[in-house]
Amino acid sequence: MTSPVAKPARWALWLPLVLFGAFVALVLVGLWRPADREVTSAMVGKPLPDFALRAAVPDRPGLARADFADGKPRLLNIFASWCVPCAVEAPQLARLKAVGVEIHGAAIRDRPEDVAAFLSRHGNPFTRIGADDVSSIQLAIGSSGVPETFVIDGKGVIRYQHIGEIRADQVGLILAKLEEAGQ
Amino acid sequence: MRHLLLPLALLAAPLAAQDSLPPAPYAYVQLPDPAQEARAKALMETLRCVKCQGQSIADSDAPMAGDMRSQVRERIAAGEDPEAIRAWLVERYGDYVSYAPRVTATTWPLFAAPLLLLALAVLLLRSRFARGGGTA
Repeated sequence: MTSPVAKPARWALWLPLVLFGAFVALVLVGLWRPADREVTSAMVGKPLPDFALRAAVPDRPGLARADFADGKPRLLNIFASWCVPCAVEAPQLARLKAVGVEIHGAAIRDRPEDVAAFLSRHGNPFTRIGADDVSSIQLAIGSSGVPETFVIDGKGVIRYQHIGEIRADQVGLILAKLEEAGQ
Repeated sequence: MRHLLLPLALLAAPLAAQDSLPPAPYAYVQLPDPAQEARAKALMETLRCVKCQGQSIADSDAPMAGDMRSQVRERIAAGEDPEAIRAWLVERYGDYVSYAPRVTATTWPLFAAPLLLLALAVLLLRSRFARGGGTA
């Protein structure tokens, strides 16, 4: 009793080639549009956790949770003197300050003299600057790098996280987020 | 010898983008209590370095990984439960920060799919062996 060997349907012959084509397409998509590797904070929409940082430079006070939540939205800028993109965003922070935005800074793993040199070279848009020698504020608010800028509303709730430097064309975006937080 | 200097200089360049502060207290220092250190180490091996995302904070030399290790050790020393520390970080960075996957509404297919495939394979093999046994 011989059962005839089932002949695969014509279309099935093309199946391996189609699968291979799909695989190549997947690889090409991955090459041209690499996955977004930024770790976004899960704290957006939640209140700023409690923290208190000593002053990073002599001419600006330190920074604590209590310096937010007085009814006025403001920016919390995570920066460092050793961070090159932080220097790139300095003119944008100066523009934001010029239109009346209050910016608080947290200097990550930085020495007072280095922060002072950075600020004298690139300008000082900050009202207060806290020194964070062990990245504690970054861990507390889910920030994974420098620079990052958080919009904090008048109740002390984190409303927006901007990862990376604020570029010249993103000042409007930050202002819009601040206005949103003020409503 | 001189032709080696340029490649070496290029290798050294990324280090310039690092801070000059000493590492956090417990970044490279073990806890005095071996049991606590073992708990901290086990946790650190399953936490992702958010700066250098292919590595755990136990493996990474990034300053931020050092700061995370120090915080993990300090909290373990203070008597905090490792899973509470993991939950604290997940609350801030999302599930991505943990290498120990949880079964949630979005991840359950990952856990269910292998079981389904295994069950399917058993069914297929059973019917095939049953048929083979019949004709032999």
